[in-house]
Amino acid sequence: MELDVSFWLTQFLNGLANAMVLFLIASGLTILLGVLGVLNLAHGSFYMLGAFLIFSSSIIKNPSWFWVGLLLAPLVVAGFGTIIEAFCLRPLYGRERLYTLLLTYGFTLILDDLVLLIWGRDYKSVPIPALFEGRLTIGDFSYPVYFLFIIAVGPLLGVFLWFILNRTNFGKLIRAAATDSEMLDALGVNVNRVFTGVFALGAWLASLGGILAAPMRSVEPGMGVEIIIESFIVVIIGGMGSYLGAFVGAVLIGMLKAFGIEILENFAMIFIYALVLPILILRPRGLFGETTI
Amino acid sequence: MEGSSSNKFSLRRLTGSVTSRFGVTALLALAVLAPFLVQNDYYIQLCTEILIASLLAISLNFLIGYTGLVSLGHAVYLGVGAYAFALLTKNVYPSMWAGLIAAGASCAILAWFMGVFCVRLAGLYFAMLTLAFSQVVYTVAYYWRDVTGGDDGMLGIPKPEIGIPGAFSISLESFTNFYYFVLFIVAALIFLAWKIANSPFGRVLQAIRENPERVEFIGLPVHRYKLYAFIIAGTLGGFAGGLYSTFQGYISPDLLYWTQSGEIVLMTILGGMYSFLGPAFGAGMLLFIRDTVLNFMEYWRIVVGGILVLLVLFLPGGILGFFEGWASRSSIGGNDGDDARS
Repeated sequence: MELDVSFWLTQFLNGLANAMVLFLIASGLTILLGVLGVLNLAHGSFYMLGAFLIFSSSIIKNPSWFWVGLLLAPLVVAGFGTIIEAFCLRPLYGRERLYTLLLTYGFTLILDDLVLLIWGRDYKSVPIPALFEGRLTIGDFSYPVYFLFIIAVGPLLGVFLWFILNRTNFGKLIRAAATDSEMLDALGVNVNRVFTGVFALGAWLASLGGILAAPMRSVEPGMGVEIIIESFIVVIIGGMGSYLGAFVGAVLIGMLKAFGIEILENFAMIFIYALVLPILILRPRGLFGETTI
Repeated sequence: MEGSSSNKFSLRRLTGSVTSRFGVTALLALAVLAPFLVQNDYYIQLCTEILIASLLAISLNFLIGYTGLVSLGHAVYLGVGAYAFALLTKNVYPSMWAGLIAAGASCAILAWFMGVFCVRLAGLYFAMLTLAFSQVVYTVAYYWRDVTGGDDGMLGIPKPEIGIPGAFSISLESFTNFYYFVLFIVAALIFLAWKIANSPFGRVLQAIRENPERVEFIGLPVHRYKLYAFIIAGTLGGFAGGLYSTFQGYISPDLLYWTQSGEIVLMTILGGMYSFLGPAFGAGMLLFIRDTVLNFMEYWRIVVGGILVLLVLFLPGGILGFFEGWASRSSIGGNDGDDARS
């Protein structure tokens, strides 16, 4: 019995670690949907860029590679996002939503090949940073420290985001823009700048997700188009624009995957869709979604 | 979708100059002569693929261009049609017609089932639900090894000969014969689609795209019309899937993946969603560009993606849409200002 408990605990923690990565991507995606009304198909590419940048930084044999990468890579990706938003998305806001969807799909294609061009086709593996190597052992139970680090970082970033959204001026502007961007514009606020800021924040979060996930997954081109589907599902479950919903949705998906694999090997995704389809059909706005898009 | 105010393209564009009788005759003549013009098995195959993709893109345009519903799951019909054809011809009875009918019928049923749920949603929610449904089917195809072969896919899908048993038969093994067979099927189905699009039913769909509330007020059942459009799009897509299956002789779950759906949307927009033959034009463009780029480097996505970005930013009406607008402006002399946007 002792063994069984530790097995389920391991699955639970694995699910939680995956959920935290998913949460980082989905939270940006859901904020983008809520504020800009843009379904950003390139969001997975930002995640992929983060993972590849941390791979490049891991080649530097200095022990501080992880922290330098963790600090710099998301800023690079956020800068990239800023350029995309300011020069390509901004002219499209007045038009049909379809065009923003297409534009971001175009960037998905471009970034996928760009990564191939720069880093090549083969799988990359990123080592676990020295500080988090090894396993934590309590009695019979042992678990990788790095996964615990991710599980801790997720909620921390969640609180950080909550603070930005609810306690800062920028957050106030974001929420106002989500409610009524025209009114905000009429009040003299530079809405364009708010939008750019939100997009950059989303890109920053997604690349951070990629960095944290890199040591526990294989880094490969095409990892972006896979993660985006799961992130969408999280957003759907939680409700577009709902930040709390993204957290709950991510944990749900993480758990379903971790335990679904044990119950029915290979068919874990079926459980997820079995959850998502009824939600979309019965509650299209998701569990926590209130904003009308 | 939401901002219907941006639909500044006049409906007249749907019957614009390129789709006029002369344009269609020229296009058909070109398609018939293509095997003689290219004189090369490789390009005959490329033309065959373009024909199939054209049917697929035109079928999707029933939803995007005509009804204003952006589906992100259209690859489901390509895949299900392809698997239906393969399963029937390999396991039950090797007949081209039976295979194609199975492909169309299975997709009609699937579209009916999905449509009942999907058409109640609009905008992004519609896109998401179609995406979710198609990913479910992808997952099933990927893991149900006993039937679909899993991620190995299915090999050796036949090209059954056509004809009247006992009287005569035509082998489709040669590239040219197969090309003409596909051309015949695709042209017939596109003609059918054209008839539907220009029937009163097609007009209602366009009205729904422009203003669903108003159509509702007139007393027409919007949901039911949307469902019909959904089923028509799915069935035509299924035929394209069946043709693709026999054309390639090999299929895999990749046909069902969401990026494949994105590609079909891409073809539609590339050519021009407010023009009947625009999506076919886009399909031809995309496949031709990919093929050309692949000849000297493997990174075709970066080229296609770049073109897509430029197109969205500068030519939102699509390529054929742009030329039709340009042609109608120069021939009529910019009569109505509707075209100013392109």
